Amino acid sequence: MSHLIDTNLTVDHLLMGNDAIARGALEAGVKVVAGYPGTPSSEIIEGLANVANDMNMYVEWSVNEKVAMEVAAAASFAKLRSMCTMKQNGVNVASDFLLHLSASGVRGGMVIVPCDDPGALSSINEGESRYFARLVEIPLLEPGDFQEAKDMTKWAFELSEELRQVVMLRSVTRLSHASGTVRYDPLPQSEVNAEFVYQGFLLDQMEGIVITAPVGFRHTQQQEKIKKAREIFENSPFNTYTGPEKPDLLIITSSACTLYSREAIDVLKLEDRVGLLKLGTTWPLPPNLLKKHLAMADNILIVEEVLPFLEENVKVLAAEMAHEIGVKTFYGKNDASLPMVGELNPDLVINAIAKIMGIDYQAKSENYAAKAQATVISGAPQRDLTFCPGCPHRASFWSIHNALELDGRKGFVCGDIGCYTMAILPTGFQSLKTCHSMGSGSGLASGFGKLGQFGFDQPILAVCGDSTFFHSAIPALVNARHHNSNFTMVLLDNSGTAMTGFQPHPGLEINALGQEVPGLDIAEICRAMGARVEIRDPFELEETRKILNDLIEDTQEGLKVLILSQKCALSPERKAAKKYEMSIDESLCIGENCGCNRVCTRIFRCPGLTWDKTKGVTRLDEVLCIGCGVCADICPAKAITRKEAA
Amino acid sequence: MTAKQLTKDPYNIIITGVGGQGNVMASRVLASMLVNNGYVVTIGETFGASQRGGSVMSHLRVSTRGSWSPQIPKGKADVVVALEPSEAIRVLCDYGNPRVKILSNTRPIHPVGVIAGELDYPSMEETIKSAEDLAAEVWFIDATDQAVKLGNPILGNIIMLGALSALGDLPVSIQDFKNVIQNSMSKDKHDINLTAFGLGEKLIQQ
Ligand code: SF4
Repeated sequence: MSHLIDTNLTVDHLLMGNDAIARGALEAGVKVVAGYPGTPSSEIIEGLANVANDMNMYVEWSVNEKVAMEVAAAASFAKLRSMCTMKQNGVNVASDFLLHLSASGVRGGMVIVPCDDPGALSSINEGESRYFARLVEIPLLEPGDFQEAKDMTKWAFELSEELRQVVMLRSVTRLSHASGTVRYDPLPQSEVNAEFVYQGFLLDQMEGIVITAPVGFRHTQQQEKIKKAREIFENSPFNTYTGPEKPDLLIITSSACTLYSREAIDVLKLEDRVGLLKLGTTWPLPPNLLKKHLAMADNILIVEEVLPFLEENVKVLAAEMAHEIGVKTFYGKNDASLPMVGELNPDLVINAIAKIMGIDYQAKSENYAAKAQATVISGAPQRDLTFCPGCPHRASFWSIHNALELDGRKGFVCGDIGCYTMAILPTGFQSLKTCHSMGSGSGLASGFGKLGQFGFDQPILAVCGDSTFFHSAIPALVNARHHNSNFTMVLLDNSGTAMTGFQPHPGLEINALGQEVPGLDIAEICRAMGARVEIRDPFELEETRKILNDLIEDTQEGLKVLILSQKCALSPERKAAKKYEMSIDESLCIGENCGCNRVCTRIFRCPGLTWDKTKGVTRLDEVLCIGCGVCADICPAKAITRKEAA
Repeated sequence: MTAKQLTKDPYNIIITGVGGQGNVMASRVLASMLVNNGYVVTIGETFGASQRGGSVMSHLRVSTRGSWSPQIPKGKADVVVALEPSEAIRVLCDYGNPRVKILSNTRPIHPVGVIAGELDYPSMEETIKSAEDLAAEVWFIDATDQAVKLGNPILGNIIMLGALSALGDLPVSIQDFKNVIQNSMSKDKHDINLTAFGLGEKLIQQ
């Protein structure tokens, strides 16, 4: 049985933040959950999909975040409780629908859970979902620890039903992917019946039609909801104060920064001088609660990650209340007490407090720090990111790189988000020259492909993964085909959303619940658009290189598509069985004297191969090599050989 | 259950290694043992891109006082468990202090820069010397080699956990380990894991 539906209410459960959110949703009786995979949010849906049968739920990985939000909203309109999850940039994708949803309101409780990634630990942006809550005027909740992640998620559904408004519960990497102890509440037994009622009075949110018009009426109603949320938040148990009655410094914080702030006060032993106001309801802010606490201190430090969202909102209230609470000195982002880029940690908060309060703090003695620094430089060689041993992307980019070199017209690749983003690094032969949002490589290529009339003659390639193809590349390809834009789309098809852990997508014949479903054929879709479509196995290096040059040189106007199809090296199928037994004949390897100047370890760089400096030959690492056989084809001396594995 | 007083509260453990070594599993098993014994444990982990050949770290905060930051403050590690030797050294730069203890596996995993011949990997003697220079107590054990003898290199993690329990700072025993795997592992794996844990204990006690 999954630990998510454990019925033991009297012990501490060790839960990842994402699991705590999932448990909270289960305790609220959520019925429909949809999302698009993205670190650090993916485990919420994975966990819920595992227990969907036990709890009679419907859970899906949707094609993208906007559709996920629409799927979840439909359930809410039919009076079910529903949730939708995504990483921070997903909120941008869903935001058009969110703007309208917040105007029409919801029926069954509906919670959206974006997981932000301050510091971009596994992202290529530091996007902020908090601002969307303010922009579209919906309540924002931010749990400050693991127990709250569960409790606040459960409460978010009740709040949503009380307000008849969608509620945003925002998490961050350091909560979603950290673990802590959580006490459970009971799981509900109730069964519900779904029905979409629309026969009632036109303007009745619960029984009429669900639309955003008349705009003035709905917008007024929406702002009434925000007012009501503000009142409810005044007494929320998720807003707490700890510290003296008249602190020298008041810290206002939320989310994971609560833990950093608590730690900082403990490390500096300032419990008697520093107060901590921890807010769980961060938009709209409850003014009376803020007034009471702002009145306690003259110096205020606001601790939050990336942009000064909380800081700005608190300052507006403080300005309005200045005649009652007096003039305050604020510390935070605007005075550079804390950085506006990157994630926070206890030390950044410790240093900020120490500076404000004139305290001397050193994490370690200068002596030790210098010694440790020197030792690391020699004792711990840097670990660069690399494609896994046997990764199809290494082979694909090898051929792309070679095809563009051979062509010699300064061709380049437009990319986007996925494992293949690493092709900006040496592991992908630095092939990617642009990288932005999901599917944007295809859209950019569509634009580059129309620059011919201005003398542009560089070959253009775009890459995207199979999951990204469905998520957002399709409209760009439609655009390219319709406008006769000249470029070659290379689809790196590794049969799954590999980077985030093999979630299924519309191209596969299985869904999040493990059920058999129709899979859509990428090649057929591209052919239906009228593109020239070729399919190759990227492990056939020469074949792949040849077809790439052929496509690049094709003078026919318009879109060409090359599908490079090979399973991810981490996929269960490929992990289960080696295709080839590899061996290296050290007498044939002439290392640095070879015409190739050891191209295998210097450039191709599969971690399954190691350069033995003392002997001057390449060696095989039997533990890491997964036997894809590709390196045998790049060794001109034929020192690397492969034999079909038994 | 009321938990015994810790030698330090919060007691800070770093488990470090390279993506794919089973860092996350090791930290969860250890944390579960401690939670069962009545402690509040917070684990901070790096996931995602760090799975692809990068360094991976788990921070464990063990306390009787409540949840702490999932990132240990700089210079405040109490013990470093390294599944890969050069990672032990790397961690000390930020989190080390003269009182820290180090427990490290001896099997290296070469970074891609070393594979490419651009960087040098230190010898075992150099690594041990660096560790001794920077830490109060140091143990290097050949956990992976022992695990390979038991039939599966991934058991190296469990050997390391057995060794950690034998250091004596943390109130966890082989019995606690048994309780945890009873709920989290299939039955056929229990014996071999208990053997590995016991082996780790012995490597320290010898
Ligand atoms: S066969 Fe060669 S390229 Fe493939 S995983 Fe092994 S070492 Fe790497």
